[in-house]
Amino acid sequence: MIRQPFILRILQDRLASFILGLLLLSAFLVPALNLYVSPESALHVPSYVVTLLGKYLTYALLALSVDLVWGYCGILSLGHGAFFALGGYAMGMHMMRQIGDRGVYGDPVLPDFMVFLDWKELPWYWYGFDNFGFALLMVLLVPGLLAFIFGWFAFRSRVTGVYLSIITQAMTYALLLAFFRNDMGFGGNNGLTDFKDILGFDLKSDGMRASLFFLSAMAVIFGYFVCKFIVESRLGRVIIAIRDAESRARFLGYRVEYYKLFVFVVSAVLAGIAGALYVPQVGIINPSEFAPANSIEIVIWVALGGRGTLIGPIIGALVVNYAKTYFTGALPEIWLYMLGGLFILTTLFLPKGITGTESIAQSFENYRLKLARWLRPHDFPDLNKEPAE
Amino acid sequence: MKQHTDTILYLDSVSVSFDGFKAINNLSLYIEQGELRAIIGPNGAGKTTMMDIITGKTRPDTGTVLFNGDTALTELDEAAIANLGIGRKFQKPTVFEHHTVFDNLELSLKGNRTPFESLFFKLKTEQRDRIDDVLKTINLQDARNQEAGSLSHGQKQWLEIGMLLMQDPDLLLVDEPVAGMTDAETIETARLLKDISKNHSVIVVEHDMDFVKSLDCRVNVLHEGSVLAEGSLDLVQSNPEVIEVYLGR
Ligand SMILES: Nc1ncnc2c1ncn2[C@@H]1O[C@H](COP(=O)(O)OP(=O)(O)O)[C@@H](O)[C@H]1O
Ligand SMILES: [Mg+2]
Repeated sequence: MIRQPFILRILQDRLASFILGLLLLSAFLVPALNLYVSPESALHVPSYVVTLLGKYLTYALLALSVDLVWGYCGILSLGHGAFFALGGYAMGMHMMRQIGDRGVYGDPVLPDFMVFLDWKELPWYWYGFDNFGFALLMVLLVPGLLAFIFGWFAFRSRVTGVYLSIITQAMTYALLLAFFRNDMGFGGNNGLTDFKDILGFDLKSDGMRASLFFLSAMAVIFGYFVCKFIVESRLGRVIIAIRDAESRARFLGYRVEYYKLFVFVVSAVLAGIAGALYVPQVGIINPSEFAPANSIEIVIWVALGGRGTLIGPIIGALVVNYAKTYFTGALPEIWLYMLGGLFILTTLFLPKGITGTESIAQSFENYRLKLARWLRPHDFPDLNKEPAE
Repeated sequence: MKQHTDTILYLDSVSVSFDGFKAINNLSLYIEQGELRAIIGPNGAGKTTMMDIITGKTRPDTGTVLFNGDTALTELDEAAIANLGIGRKFQKPTVFEHHTVFDNLELSLKGNRTPFESLFFKLKTEQRDRIDDVLKTINLQDARNQEAGSLSHGQKQWLEIGMLLMQDPDLLLVDEPVAGMTDAETIETARLLKDISKNHSVIVVEHDMDFVKSLDCRVNVLHEGSVLAEGSLDLVQSNPEVIEVYLGR
């Protein structure tokens, strides 16, 4: 087989600029169409759609974070839902503290569920969360720290492959069980909810929803460029080398465990940011976010979109979640079978996912060119001529 | 016992067993600074295991392994040993298949091994020149931008040797470099290794007697995990024990 990596890579880069361009455009356009176009107009985007799209975007960021470790470093994490949920809990804790005395029990400090459990004092690990800056720091720090500790032990003891995937599942499952317990102090099985506002802005207001959408779109773009910088640096080449021939990398003198640890922590932090943007948009965070099945679903988005491409998983997450919303409404009983079937078909027929398959990437490119020609007919006199790189 | 200060590699009474089976049995071996040494021996003699021990992949149960006369290798891991200056070519050629030939060599450049250095690494002109030199040495200039996975078997072997050269180690361990090569490639490889041995110490493990003969160096015969004979190829080939081991199978 003759490999043509460069053609595919160029197509993927084009596709990426196109999708990121669209994202950037919609980051401004969707809020504008929601806020400034009258609800009677056909162009108006309803608020529930804004929030739904915002939620998809946080999933896209989550998928991106999994692609960094799985697609580039070969670490198939089946526990990334945990980092997402921890980022979400950190944000949720801030919003709980913001409720203040507006809760059902009217306690100025204690969240409702603590009053209900008859707690007298705020547990120490809830200190500081009333401060927005502190909460943001925790959004980054808590998932990052867990990833660091977990990775330190796993990578140093050279757990790889299926065994690593299994212990990542165990990690998220253990957290699921822990967060279910009322005496953990995170609201038990109800989780954290009834949020009111962030920085004084009502979460249910259109302006807030539009802002969260905007931030989510920007976070995906930011995450993409962080990952792009990493994978195109020499460090990126080292992690691909580790993915493809770990012992060769070791005998060249690379400390494989440090490299894995680095990408794993970066990835967990990105997942945490995604979770922190997700929770204010859906209005609740509960232990079900730690469910092992959630983490597996993320991997399906990545596989479908095309792992090791960065842009593919973003597309995969958006497409699958749109389909999920549509089908769980239209045909709720078959959605899970469809998802499973889709995954099997991808593995069998599109092992590199949508964007990793050259013919599909090429047809994306054709659409992109068509659209570009339609938008700017004078810039595209010759179809077959590529602009000089 | 030999004076170990002028040795690049000093193995003394090394043993290792896997589930009771002694793969290396009281092995002692000394390689001089700058020496080219060939190790031969039937399959399962323990040649690869010996390299595993030197490079930190396998811990010996007993024995001493010293590098450059004084550095004990038995407590160090693979990366630390590689960074001390020991390079290794695997028996099965192992290159980074999804990287170009150039990137394979670039990743093997001496130095810059920490994640932080890698993240902000910029290739310097003299490093690029060095890669070009090595590309020429291993005869892969034309494949420079090709993915390593698309190389022929023999080319992968050379690329891997090239990667060792980029590391610029004091000692190269080369495990069966001509397995699966054509005769022309074998001759070329012998020339390459002899060339490398002018300014590096090299240990070559090989089965191919013509190849070993063309290396024209001191030879050790390994059998059941220990040295059966040592000397010139002619000498060991006329050793009755060696003939017994090779023909007895
Ligand atoms: N990790 C291991 N576990 C169990 N047995 C091993 C291991 N490595 C090598 N051996 C055994 O040790 C013996 C020597 O193997 P090896 O060093 O590969 O021989 P050679 O390279 O000389 O052909 C063989 O019998 C092999 O099966
Ligand atoms: Mg061997």
